[in-house]
Amino acid sequence: MNTLNEVSELAAAYDLVVIGAGPAGMAAATLAAGAGVSCLLVDENPAPGGQIYRGIGSTPLTERRLLGEEYWKGAEIASAFAGSAASYLPQATVWQLSPERELGISRGGRTRMIRATRVIMATGALERPFPIPGWTLPGVMTAGAAQILLKTAGVAVSGKVVLAGTGPLLWLIAAQYLAAGKRFDAILDTTPKGSWRKALSELPRFLASPYLRKGLRLMATVRGSARVISGVTALAAEGSDHLTQVRYTVAGRESVIDADHLLLHQGVVPNINMASASGCAIDWDDEQLAFVPRVDAWGATSVGGIAIAGDGAGIAGAEAAAERGRLAALDALAALGRITPEEKARRAAPIRAIVARYDRGRAFLDRLYRPAEQFRVATDATVACRCEEVTGGQIRDVVANLNVLGPNQLKSFLRCGMGPCQGRLCGLTVTETIARTRGVDPAEVGYYRLRAPVKPITLAELATLEHSEAEIKTVARG
Amino acid sequence: MYQRLPEPGGMPIPFTLDGRRLEGRAGDTVAAALLAAGVETCRTSAVGGAPRAPYCMMGVCFECLVTIDGVGNRQGCLVPLQAGMAVETQLGHGKRELAR
Repeated sequence: MNTLNEVSELAAAYDLVVIGAGPAGMAAATLAAGAGVSCLLVDENPAPGGQIYRGIGSTPLTERRLLGEEYWKGAEIASAFAGSAASYLPQATVWQLSPERELGISRGGRTRMIRATRVIMATGALERPFPIPGWTLPGVMTAGAAQILLKTAGVAVSGKVVLAGTGPLLWLIAAQYLAAGKRFDAILDTTPKGSWRKALSELPRFLASPYLRKGLRLMATVRGSARVISGVTALAAEGSDHLTQVRYTVAGRESVIDADHLLLHQGVVPNINMASASGCAIDWDDEQLAFVPRVDAWGATSVGGIAIAGDGAGIAGAEAAAERGRLAALDALAALGRITPEEKARRAAPIRAIVARYDRGRAFLDRLYRPAEQFRVATDATVACRCEEVTGGQIRDVVANLNVLGPNQLKSFLRCGMGPCQGRLCGLTVTETIARTRGVDPAEVGYYRLRAPVKPITLAELATLEHSEAEIKTVARG
Repeated sequence: MYQRLPEPGGMPIPFTLDGRRLEGRAGDTVAAALLAAGVETCRTSAVGGAPRAPYCMMGVCFECLVTIDGVGNRQGCLVPLQAGMAVETQLGHGKRELAR
């Protein structure tokens, strides 16, 4: 790869721009660059890997067993990308992707507009919002954040630590912490009691998927060495300026446990901000309880020339993400005239077989780890929108009394979703809260209408844009 | 509290927080270096003035906002730590910005 350090080093146009350097983005850029197209991969982080393989080339934790063999699979994808002819711009923010495939890219306070014939968004997933009382207190962070600290800096959350929530990643993070010699005062499992029954019909397909052995091994490791409390139905972080205790309910009985840290996790959902802002159609997925961009079997969105690969187009996991990246790259190569439709189909067949193998286990996981409603919808006193500090009670009040129909109208009254995170940490909560209050489906309520800039940029950055003579004269007087 | 694992870590990187000398390691982001140094609350919220700390560490929550070398509202979890960086917490209601 050819690493770029400044936006001034960017070409004015590329055949393909890939956004995001996780498994999907790295695999897509590697395959496309190998076919000789001009390809740029832009990423926000200092090094390739995305979140799942975060710090893969730079982690101080070289003892492989600490992060597990699954993590080190990322090294192969990252080294293939490093050996490719793709250009790579790290630590950069794509703040705009227009439907015409014009991209606004910032790095180090300077910004450029460039063009792409094809775009593959590989912007991945983020942890599902987990609105419980006190979740804004210092001492509370996502379990994913604790994992990133471990992977990138070799720093572990220590002292009295409580891990709470549900989902496959919860067990992975627990296992990694235990392998690093850390302990948990308690693991509060919020998986609803009836979930096993609901997931049973999907069990045969799950048994044939690669997830089974991995999952059982993780859970056995964790249950063998940590105090796991199942059937948790309510959760609150308490303290004045910092977390001091966690209150939880099991079988109607409330308990309190002292804690310095509470790590929260209840699954991951597609990060749809850029897809939505560039006009891609988004649908509500009731199995994944999330908004998911509408894509075809190649990852192509409803906007011409723009595809999405990896978890950003629906959660399917890291291994599938790399394969979905390759499918989107093949589609781009065919559209660019570099391969024939026949070659595209021929090369895609073995990739599809791998994706199908991982798909087999997904429905089971979605059902088993479907987060309970009380953890998706904020209670009256709980902050739903962290940026603007809007509570569940305020949302219900405005929706019920002022007949507000959706999240965009709600902005006018409460500024919900208008803070710097641009709805990333409240969007799903707000949609579901409105849906429950109105007694309608989340699909009918819809999501925030998102616009560029999809990440905040300063006026000073915008002022670094180059202007043509005509543009300057537009505003000249006399 | 936060602990560094006893693995061979990167080079020590000196920086300051509100004028106080601290040390991170090569490979840290600003947010990771602050947490490792025991600093959690990096700002107070704009609306209610409540203490906030890094929450997602992956650039989506904007809780880790700090001032770095005079530029406000930087996402600490996305900025690699560099020697000599002057990091400032954002406590209070932006008096620094008003004073400019």
